[in-house]
This record gives sequence, structure tokens and C-alpha cells, in this order.
Amino acid sequence: MANFTLTVNGKERNVDVSAETPLLWVLRDSLELTGTKFGCGAGLCGACSVHLDDALTRSCITPVSQAVGKKITTIEGLGGKTLHPVQKAWIAEDVPQCGYCQSGQIMAAAALLAKTPYPTDAQITEFMSGNICRCGTYDRIRRAIHRAVGPSRAAGGVK
Amino acid sequence: MSRVSRRSFLTASATAGAGLIIGIHFPTKAQAASAEVFSPNAYLRITPDNKITVTVARSEMGQGVRTSLPMILAEELEVELKQITIEQAGASTLFGDQTTGGSASVRTSWEPMRKAGAQAREMLLSAAAEKWSVPLEDCKAENGQIVHSFTGRKASYGELATAASKFAVPKDPPLKAGGYKIIGQSVPRLDTPSKVNGTAVYGIDFRVPGMKYAVLARCEACGGKVADFDATEAKQVPGVSFVGKISDSAVAVVADSTWNAMKGRRALKITWDDGPNKNLDSAAIFDSLQRADESKVVKFFAAGDVSKAAGKKIEAVYQLPFMAHAPMEPGNCTAHFRGSECEIWAPTQVPQDCRDSVAKVLGLKPEQVKVNITLLGGGFGRRLEHDYAVEAALVSKAVNAPVKVTWTREDDMRCSTYRPVSLHKLSATLGGDGWPTAFTHRFIGPSANGQKGAQPVNGVDSDFPDEASFLYPLPNVSLESVTTETPIPLGWMRSVYALQMAFASESFIDELAAAAGRDPLEYRLHLLAKDAEIKFFDTSWNTARLRNVLKLAATKAGWSKPLPPRRFRGVACFGCFSTYAADVVEISMENDQPRVHRVVSVVDCGLVVNPNILDQQIQSAVIYGLANALRAQITIKNGRVVQGNFDEYQPIRMNEAPKVEAYFVPSTEPPTGIGEPPLPPLAPALCNAIYAATKKRIRALPISSS
Repeated sequence: MANFTLTVNGKERNVDVSAETPLLWVLRDSLELTGTKFGCGAGLCGACSVHLDDALTRSCITPVSQAVGKKITTIEGLGGKTLHPVQKAWIAEDVPQCGYCQSGQIMAAAALLAKTPYPTDAQITEFMSGNICRCGTYDRIRRAIHRAVGPSRAAGGVK
Repeated sequence: MSRVSRRSFLTASATAGAGLIIGIHFPTKAQAASAEVFSPNAYLRITPDNKITVTVARSEMGQGVRTSLPMILAEELEVELKQITIEQAGASTLFGDQTTGGSASVRTSWEPMRKAGAQAREMLLSAAAEKWSVPLEDCKAENGQIVHSFTGRKASYGELATAASKFAVPKDPPLKAGGYKIIGQSVPRLDTPSKVNGTAVYGIDFRVPGMKYAVLARCEACGGKVADFDATEAKQVPGVSFVGKISDSAVAVVADSTWNAMKGRRALKITWDDGPNKNLDSAAIFDSLQRADESKVVKFFAAGDVSKAAGKKIEAVYQLPFMAHAPMEPGNCTAHFRGSECEIWAPTQVPQDCRDSVAKVLGLKPEQVKVNITLLGGGFGRRLEHDYAVEAALVSKAVNAPVKVTWTREDDMRCSTYRPVSLHKLSATLGGDGWPTAFTHRFIGPSANGQKGAQPVNGVDSDFPDEASFLYPLPNVSLESVTTETPIPLGWMRSVYALQMAFASESFIDELAAAAGRDPLEYRLHLLAKDAEIKFFDTSWNTARLRNVLKLAATKAGWSKPLPPRRFRGVACFGCFSTYAADVVEISMENDQPRVHRVVSVVDCGLVVNPNILDQQIQSAVIYGLANALRAQITIKNGRVVQGNFDEYQPIRMNEAPKVEAYFVPSTEPPTGIGEPPLPPLAPALCNAIYAATKKRIRALPISSS
């Protein structure tokens, strides 16, 4: 066991865990941030997606030691004190069904838009195919991403 | 109470319909008045502070019951959805069977929820009329208040709550026959914000103060058990507080975190007794279906006499594999055993089964077990089992503390229950004009109900009435089943027998169309051309409704228009859970495998309560069905499930998700099922499209192995 200081959603948090503990379980069990989900434990489904210094990261296969000194953002902190535009778009399109994978989907979509503000359908497909949804919400996910971009920006009107 | 699932009971309660619940569990007037709570039935409470609480007695697993069921009640109560608070019922004696499955939530809640709202409305009207000393008929309910028509006087439901509770609960309050304000609207789901901001609590998120974390090492060889184990190293893992056998086939590792429990399990040395099935593999299982004793055939539906039909005979055999539900939220359950009672928090489709089986294993009475229902991260039938609750209770008892048991994905894949394998023998006799005069479909396979000890009803598997219909009104039809046995644990997976039956029969109908040299859509429409009623067990099906669904699907898909180059189409239709469904699938072939570009999916499910949720359910059924058709396959080697994670059992991802266009045929009939019915036509429609592209007939799923 060792003590780690993490910066999670803008706050410093101390945890006492063994160094190889996946960030996922630190977030969920130690810090009670359960919005980040366990789906496969093998980096296959994306339910555990968080941002590490803005990079989309599978927290289920990322040892906590690798998150030290980095800015960790989870679904609970994505929008700061309000909702992130992606979350607002998700509500407007009523995307979730069971909802279990949606934190990961939203974290992925936010990472996509941070890098690619005006994604094409092909870019959305390529980026979002790392995340599995068993309820089949893909069509609405795509619509929500386009909505988050905004109609004028999607049409290339505003840069 | 037996451990036999209540699913088989669903059909009975579904037909019972209205009166299922209300009328037997009202609080007494004295109780209601003293608490100042107006609660005319178990679904509804209104307090003087104008808080209106609606109880949902089904599990929310993505299908939208926490929105659609309150909508139904709110319609009759005359309140807006935003005025009400939703409460999730746990396992109760107040709501009848609380099983969430069989596409039954809306169809069996339709009458009780409407009646619950209407009862309250009538009593509130009476209270207002008395308060104002005006005739009852001069008062009306709207937007959460009673209004006196002539004077415009108003009183909120909260203001009238205490007075209303003194009136007798009307047995048969008037119900709307139409003119709905909420029902039929595309209302956004009430649970969406919490599922978008990370605050939604699923079973796996639940925590109790002082809770410990556990994982189990379960024997993956089916029918095997623990021969011996050495916990020395596991106990040395920091945080691990307990290692012990909790059943013949499982050892629990309890720790201060999920990860430490998993680490402890990895350090655990177990010698397994692989048991009687250690040499069993998939080939032997399919071989046993081929060699099944068909003398014990059950004929569960007959029209005319197929043996008397003369003409050219066409035959084909179809086959389906085991499949796993694989919901995104792996199995889990939190239990707190407290000596003479036990509390459970479970993402479950069967809270009452959880209660009863936990009580049994702990030697408690059912009323000593409290089962709370969390959100479910998908169900698809996996959570119709109650194994997770039983083992969590046993672990909690073993360590005398609250415990959350978490399953890994591999646990979920390898220690689950599975959609059964099946073999289908189909034959048709063609008359002189080339049209079929006789159709026989013999289903051969093991039964989840049978394995769990549910008795057949009049010799027929209790799931067949909802899932095994044949809706072409041919003069001679025989639907038959031969039930086999398997040691592989079986469960009910989304659409259950309907997927199996539809794959075989709708592929075979396509074969007949091809043999006749006719367009597969025109062929089906010809068979359905005459208006006919088909009585299949308790359900009356109408060819006209299936025909309309097919026609709408064809129109929306542009069936009569030419396709772009190298694109091909297939169609299929099926009726299950009292709903009619048709899919048109458009594909191209890439490297010998289909790429699905577009699916037009049409249903007639009676009155649509919420088209927004209907669209979601159709999207979902198509994507889930597509994975089933393309490559969902659980194989068995050495008595164990081979697949472990999403690399070996691959769901559909966005890069394979087709454009799904969902439509419904408007109807004023009472609502029927929607969670499952759009799924069964998908696989045959896809395989029929592959035939159109390649002239190769897929007779075994998954397609990727054919």
C-alpha cells in the first residue's frame, strides 16, 4: 500500500492503495465517484473512460501510479459546475437507455470534440467505436455529437 | 415459494390484466387520514404539501418503465409528469408479480396504472364537491387541481388530499377512451439527466456504511465443484479479510476494495472437481440434438392435418447456438445479513424471486428479507435469475457484515445462464399451383423453463404461447416441439424462443418464395392476403395487422424501387408478445460477410404510450439482434464456456451499426409488448438479404460461422 495524491475534477485527493490498483477502482471504491463504470476490466468496452490531462483513458487498465501528477476528469467533473455541451446534447437527444455505458460514451465524445471540433460522420464512427453500448444507442449518440457541435458550426458557418 | 422463476407465471397475470393489484391493498381510511397521506392504492401517494409520488413496481433496465408507467397513471390523474416524483418499489406483496420481462411492463400495467390514477381523480373530485357544496359534475380535474367550472374556484390535489382519503375507493372509475394528453406523446425520459451526469445509481454503485467487497471463484466447469483450496497466499494480500467456501462450487474472497478482492482471488489456489460434464463440448451438444428422441414430440399448434397434404415437399434444417446476454453492467449484488433479517440491493428483474430464494438459503421467512431494486445496467433476461442475490447473502452471512459481490466480465460470461441451442426441422408441401398447403416446424432443443423445473402447461412449454406463433393462415400447419436436456445452465434471453422460431420459419418462408421464383415480399403478402384471425393459445392474431406492418416496412424501405449497385435486401416478419413486427434489411457483401447499411423496422404494438421510448426499444432490438445474428455464440469445451470477454464475444460497435429507421402502425388497441418483438425478424431478414446477394442460404447462426 502507498499513499497517492491525485487531482480529480480539480480537487486534490489522497488515497492509500497499492500502486498497481487500476484508477477505476480508486475512483469508484476509494473516492466514491461511481459515475465511471466497470464493464470489462480489459480496455475493451470504454465504460470506464476518463480524461487524464484531457487524453481519453481507459481507467480499468491504468494503474493509479500513472495518474499521479495528471489532471483526472470524470463524468462528475466534466462540465465543471454546469453540464458540458456534450451532456446537454445527450439530454436533448434523450440518448441513454439503460445508461450504464453512457458516462464512457460522453467522456469519449467530449474528447473527440476537444480534438476535432467539427467531426464528420466517419470521424465520429472511428473515434466512438471504442465504446460498446448493448442497448444500441449509437444512432442517438451520433445525433447528440452533431448537436453538441451546433448546427451553424456543423455546417461550417462559424469557425 | 419455489425457486422456479415467475416468468412462466407472466402469461397468466398478463391475461388477468385489470384488477391484478388494485383493490386488495388499500391502506385503511383511518391510517390514511392520520398520516395525512392520500393513498387510494399502492401506486400513488399525495400529501398535503402537494407532493405526488408514483410508485413504479417494475425494474428500470433501459426500457423506460420509470417514464412510461408514470405517464399512464398521470394521464388519468390529470397531472403533468413534472408534478410527480417517481419511487421504485422493492420486492413487495402489494403489486402482484413484479417480474420485469416478457415485454410485459406496459401491457400488464396499462389497466392498473390507469385505474390507479382514475381512482384518485374521482376521490379528489368528490372531496372538492363536498368542500364547495357543489354538484360533483360541475367539478373537473386538470393540471393537478380540481376546478369548479362555474366559479373558477380551484384547489390543488395536496389541499384536497386529506379530505379525499375519507371517500371510498371506487372499484371501477371511468377511464378515458381517447383524447389523451400525455399518452402518445414523445416525452423525454425522466431518468436521462441522472444517466448523463454520473449520479444514477446502479447495483454496482450501491454502497452501505461498513460494506466489504467480494468476488467469488466459481467453478466454470458446468456441474463441477470445489475439491480443495489453499487460501494461504490469498489471505496475505493486503486488504483481504476472509476467504471461504460459500457453496459446493464457489469460494468467496472478501476485502476492503473490489481490486483487493480480485487480487486475493488471483492468489487463491483451488483444485476443481470438474464433475460429470468435463468432456462435454459443443459438437456433442449439437449431435445430441440431431439424435433427439422425436417420439416424444409435443404438437402445440395445429391447423388442418399436415399429413393429408399432397404435393411436392420441401425440407430444411436450421440451427442456433448458445448465446450470452452480456449486459454492460456485470453481475453484482449487495447484501446485509443481520441475524434475523437480510437486506438486499440488487439490479434484478425478479425482486420477489430474490427475496424468496435468499430467505430459503438463509432459513428466514420471505418477510424477513427486504429486496431493494437499483437501476439495472441492462437486463436482457440475465437478471431474471437470482443466483447473484443468493451468493451475496451467503457471503454477508459468512462475514457478518454488509458485502457487495461484484462479478468480473469473465465471471458474467462463463458462469451465466445461456440462450439454449436449438435445431429446427421445417417442411412444406406445395400444392398444384406452387403455393404451400402444409407447413411443419419442429423445434428440437432444451428448455430454460424445463431445466428450472417449471411444469409445462397442458404439456406445452409456458413460453411458447407468447413466442412461438406462426401467423400465415395456411390450411395445414403443425408446430411441434421436442424438449431435450442439457447440463449447460439455461436462461431466458431477449425474445426467448421467438428469435429461434422466427429465424427458422422466416428463413424457410424465403426458401419457399425462392423455390416458387417469387419476390419474397410479394410471396408473404400473398400468404397473408386474406383477412383471417389466428387463435394461438390466448392471443388472437390478425393477418391484416401483420400485412399492414409488412406493407409499411416495404414502403419505407422502398422495396419496389431499385437498389444502388451491390446492395441487397431481405425481409422478415413475426408476431410475439402480442405485437406484430417486420424488418427490411439492406446489405452489401464485403469479404464474404454482410455489411448491414440500413434496417427499416416496423411494429404494430397497439397504442403507443411514448413514441420516443418506442424508437429506443426498436433501435435497441435491432442492434442486439444484429449481434445475435452475426456472431453471438457461446461455445463449450471441456464442460466450460470458451468465451470470456468482449474480444471473444463481440457486441456491435458504432462502426457496424446500421441506420435504423423505426416506425409503428397507429392503433387504438391496448398496448402490447415492444422490448422484444422487433428483434426476431432481424436475423432472418438479414439472412434473406444474404441469400439475395449470394444465393447462399444461411441455415445456422451465427452468420460468421456459416
